[in-house]
Amino acid sequence: MTTATTSTTQPGRRSGREPLLAVEDLRVTFGSRTSRTVTAVDGVSFDVAPGETVGLVGESGCGKSVTSLAVMGLLPARGAQVAGSVRFDGEELLTLSPQRMAEKRGAEMAMIFQDPLSSLNPVVPIGVQVTEVLERHRGMKGGAARKRATYLLERVGIPDPTRRLSDYAHQLSGGMRQRALIAMALACEPRLLIADEPTTALDVTIQAQILALLNELVSESGTALVMITHDLGVVAGLCSTVNVLYAGRVVERADRHPLFATPRHPYTGGLLASIPRLDEERGRRLVPVPGSVADNIPWEEGCAFAPRCPNAGDRCEAETPALVPDRGVRDPRLLRCHYPLAGDRTEEDA
Amino acid sequence: MLRFIVRRMLQMLLALFALSVLLFAWLRSLPGGAVSALLGERGSPEAAAELRAQLGLDQPLPVQYWSFLERAAQGDFGISNGVYIGQPAMDVFLSRLPATVELSFFAIVIALTVAIPLGYIAARRRGSLLDTSSVISSLIGVAVPIFFLAYVLKYLFAVRWGILPPSGRQTAGIDATHITNFYVLDGILTREWDAAWDAFQHLILPAFALASIPFAVIFRITRASVLEVLEEDYVRTAAAKGLRAHTIRWRHVMRNALIPVVTMIGLQIGALLAGAVLTEKVFAFQGIGQALAIGFERRDYPVLQVLIMMAALIYIVVNLLVDIAYAIIDPRVRTR
Repeated sequence: MTTATTSTTQPGRRSGREPLLAVEDLRVTFGSRTSRTVTAVDGVSFDVAPGETVGLVGESGCGKSVTSLAVMGLLPARGAQVAGSVRFDGEELLTLSPQRMAEKRGAEMAMIFQDPLSSLNPVVPIGVQVTEVLERHRGMKGGAARKRATYLLERVGIPDPTRRLSDYAHQLSGGMRQRALIAMALACEPRLLIADEPTTALDVTIQAQILALLNELVSESGTALVMITHDLGVVAGLCSTVNVLYAGRVVERADRHPLFATPRHPYTGGLLASIPRLDEERGRRLVPVPGSVADNIPWEEGCAFAPRCPNAGDRCEAETPALVPDRGVRDPRLLRCHYPLAGDRTEEDA
Repeated sequence: MLRFIVRRMLQMLLALFALSVLLFAWLRSLPGGAVSALLGERGSPEAAAELRAQLGLDQPLPVQYWSFLERAAQGDFGISNGVYIGQPAMDVFLSRLPATVELSFFAIVIALTVAIPLGYIAARRRGSLLDTSSVISSLIGVAVPIFFLAYVLKYLFAVRWGILPPSGRQTAGIDATHITNFYVLDGILTREWDAAWDAFQHLILPAFALASIPFAVIFRITRASVLEVLEEDYVRTAAAKGLRAHTIRWRHVMRNALIPVVTMIGLQIGALLAGAVLTEKVFAFQGIGQALAIGFERRDYPVLQVLIMMAALIYIVVNLLVDIAYAIIDPRVRTR
């Protein structure tokens, strides 16, 4: 149990703002009687306030997508065990009936996914895929629903929206498809939007457009946004608070600027070193994080990142680090590491 | 869309032409032949020669084929010399068609109404007792020869328990008026409910026997297709929108899952025509399958030709319709 995450000094929880989404000690395991259980999410906690954008960052397999699916109640009932607490506007979601949960999805909380082509139904016109959300949650029908759908497509920047209503997914470009999915997600003005790698499948120029669009829509409407990505470039442009996940646990949490300025966890440092930057000398080699995520979560005996960590020392193998407030930096930060990278606060500051 | 249909129809004509050549050559190469079949073992050589000349069998094969093709194009396939002796072969086909259409229709309705819902439920409850037992029974459905199943059904329901009639299309001597020669439809149209019910009872056993293979095949493809679609991202999107279960089931799962099923239904029409030969034989059901069986026994070339050509034509037309239906339900095909 990581009680430290509820500390008042943690980043992302500003005074006077109640979180819209409060995820606490979320744990997701897959498996059945016949197969070995695999822990995908291992005690993850984070908050999102209205109008705030929070990033969940990590490489494939770190549990970020499973976290988002668990929040949305979209994990298969058979095979996935979800424990912990997910409170939305004070209401516990994990114990909600599937019917009540379905009423919330699409209305109060929405999600967009990684691959816009496969996320759209290929044999149903785009227009119907927008209006069905309005029919379901707003009781809108016929002309009214179509009118609102046209408006929504226009708002996400789809040209000639009236004609596009009768188009199918394969007739749209990649960027248009993601815009259409955003229109569907925002149809009922949800208070929470979860974007799971929304730009990964898109061209770089389109990526920037989609991120700008998300940023604009979210700040206009005050929607809370959870941005799930492996791309720290996306985080840099969008998120106020960043949670770095490794092997199903949060290893570092900080506000965006201090995190980029002084990464403390060696994993965060590795992620930052592995992305190219324009403002540095040419000829520097990119440094990849060596190895890959282990398939099962090895947090039981020591730090899961230790085998890949350049800073690993004696304690790492012997003692599992806890997520605790980091006194090595000036900003409020949570860190799960015995031997962090250099901070910006000296001994005299402390 | 129009170009698509025109192209498919041209392909259809080509297929029919190729089939007519094969059919003509194949029937002529069978041992025996029409003359010995008509005259029997003891026909004199003179009589045989006369009959050969009369039937045009003394002509060279290409000439025979050309005259066959010319007449076939006008619907004239010659005179039956075995099934209904003396009647035009085309009339044999036409008079027997309604029985087989009626039988096939009931069979496919049975197969579809059971196989598609069962396939969906089995996929949703993958690994359950229902799923496993359905998969096993569909395996049996494919593996058991249709004539064996037909005899078992006939023995149990008609002979042993006497619940259903063993053979024929309608009880002999029943007061029934026939307009369309679809007996159940006739009974409904003329309000002769007894006749309709009687004809329906005669259909049950052969229809179930005939439905076994289409049922098994359609069940398996529906189940596999639903399993695949359930894993698709767009089904997760639909769930993320909070849509009602029935909207997800029909609009997002079934609309996609049924696309391969539609193709399979078209292909099963062929299996149905083949199965009808055996089924109609077992149940003495007077359709084109039975006529085909009799035609073979008596070497009735004109009737065999018309029946096989027409069966092929039906198969090709049905598959053309399936392709058009496919283009309607799958917009990706339409715009290609």
